[in-house]
Amino acid sequence: MPLIEARDVYGGYGGMNILNGVDMSLEADEVGVIVGPNGAGKSTLLKAVFGLLHVNQGDILLHGKPIQNLPPHQLVERGMGFVPQEKNVFPSLTVQENLEMGAFLKPQNVKRMLGQVYEFFPPLQEKRHQPAGELSGGQRQMVAMGRALMAEPSLLLLDEPTAGLSPLYMNEIFDRVKHINAAGVGILMVEQNAKQALAIADKGFVLAAGQNRFTDTGAALLADPDVAKSFLGG
Amino acid sequence: MNELVFFVNNVVIAGSVTGAIYAIGAIGVTLIFSIMRFAHFAHADMMTFGAFMVLVLTTAFPGIGMGIGVPTAIVMLPIAMLLTALLAVGIDKTFYKPLRAHGVKPIVMVIASLGVTLILQGLIRLFAGTGGQGLYVDDRKAIFRMLPFEDVRVPIVITEPQVYLFGITLLAVIALHLFLSRSRLGKAMRAMSDNPELAQASGINTNTIVAVTWVIAGGLAAIAGTLLSLDVTFKPDLSFFLLLPIFAAAIVGGVGHPYGAVAGGFVVGFAETLAVFNWAVLLRPFRDSLPTWLELPSNLAFVGTEYKIVVPFFILVAILVWRPTGIFKGKVI
Repeated sequence: MPLIEARDVYGGYGGMNILNGVDMSLEADEVGVIVGPNGAGKSTLLKAVFGLLHVNQGDILLHGKPIQNLPPHQLVERGMGFVPQEKNVFPSLTVQENLEMGAFLKPQNVKRMLGQVYEFFPPLQEKRHQPAGELSGGQRQMVAMGRALMAEPSLLLLDEPTAGLSPLYMNEIFDRVKHINAAGVGILMVEQNAKQALAIADKGFVLAAGQNRFTDTGAALLADPDVAKSFLGG
Repeated sequence: MNELVFFVNNVVIAGSVTGAIYAIGAIGVTLIFSIMRFAHFAHADMMTFGAFMVLVLTTAFPGIGMGIGVPTAIVMLPIAMLLTALLAVGIDKTFYKPLRAHGVKPIVMVIASLGVTLILQGLIRLFAGTGGQGLYVDDRKAIFRMLPFEDVRVPIVITEPQVYLFGITLLAVIALHLFLSRSRLGKAMRAMSDNPELAQASGINTNTIVAVTWVIAGGLAAIAGTLLSLDVTFKPDLSFFLLLPIFAAAIVGGVGHPYGAVAGGFVVGFAETLAVFNWAVLLRPFRDSLPTWLELPSNLAFVGTEYKIVVPFFILVAILVWRPTGIFKGKVI
């Protein structure tokens, strides 16, 4: 049974569909990457999965159970973590308080998970008493991912985790994503840096105009001349 | 030295009393704003309601405090805080929650809270009458007089309710600080104030946080209203006239900052007392060394006591024009 599955999903804001029949499926230990041109509905798909957007038609299944249009806090309870692209930290809370908020529903886990998150992101440990608003973009992204991991999700949704980061931090984040996945967390992310993202992807979904254009393994998509020509800039 | 004592009584003590009440009121206003993003105009009447509950309870059981040597009104304060907290949660459920569910603009909430003000004032008047009533029913208000120096004739005067006011204010601020910085719910409150969408995405139940905010705001309102009425007397419109200075205090401190609200409360409180203070009293001892052409007037205050309300109004306008985020960089209302 797939970890997460979208079947022929239509959805959008205020009655207008941005997603026009998207299919997507990811197994438990996989990294899935959604790529495509601007306006293809990449982030929209991620938001639909996390219940932030109304699904008008189709099914979204987590562990085989339908979850479309459930409120976000119920999805967190069911093992989903979401890292928005922007405004993804609590700026006036310290790094550690940000992380604690991630485990709000499982306070008994805080200590153990803090240890794990600091292992994934060592720079956060020394900054733990600093307000998250004072950190650099890359460190903020780590706080945001750490916060989502605190709830011990089985599926982590990342919306453009490397947007606006320097190449150094970009590699660092991709590296962390691989580590987190190796620890048994399924990952579904939207990425602008398609080549690098597909290189670590088990599955890639190329969207255009709210529909699947290509779906294959990351390596196969990278090797496909059609994908390269139309979506990866040659 | 008599002049110095006069200054202590009329500025230091009076300013601290006013400041402490503004501070507790402003904390409530600022917390409600930071969680629900609207200016809660019915806050002053929640203060009145708390004081009214103390009045009712004290009238019903006037002798209780005597046994333990504490004014009965102070004994009843925790119960009144609880009742006011319940009222606040009830008001939210009945009036504000349905509006929030419709996603109305903040101004609609503000107008709704104005309606709640009128309802509360009317109800309290209906049961309490319009006159003033002392919260000391059976016990007597103790007044402490201290002579700080040997050769002064005027004592420093501080009353029992003022001592309680300072003690309880300190306690409330420390308790709030510990709650916001140490407890899980307190941190979640700060998180929701920072970024409500992310709080929801973290699994924080925002309805719980809203309820907790009303409980705290209601409890603090009861403290402020009761201590104010203890210091003077209970009147149905007493707290309502503090609405403006309390909002000025919250804005001066930076809306959304509980510690800023405390600072703002004392800034506005002292500004008021300093503005109405008769500075001629302090200059009188130096009368002999002043040039002969300079006649010292008998009253040298910035504004007359009857125009005291001008001071917070002026501060409010000045802050909004020159530094709309307040001293601690709060949100812009």
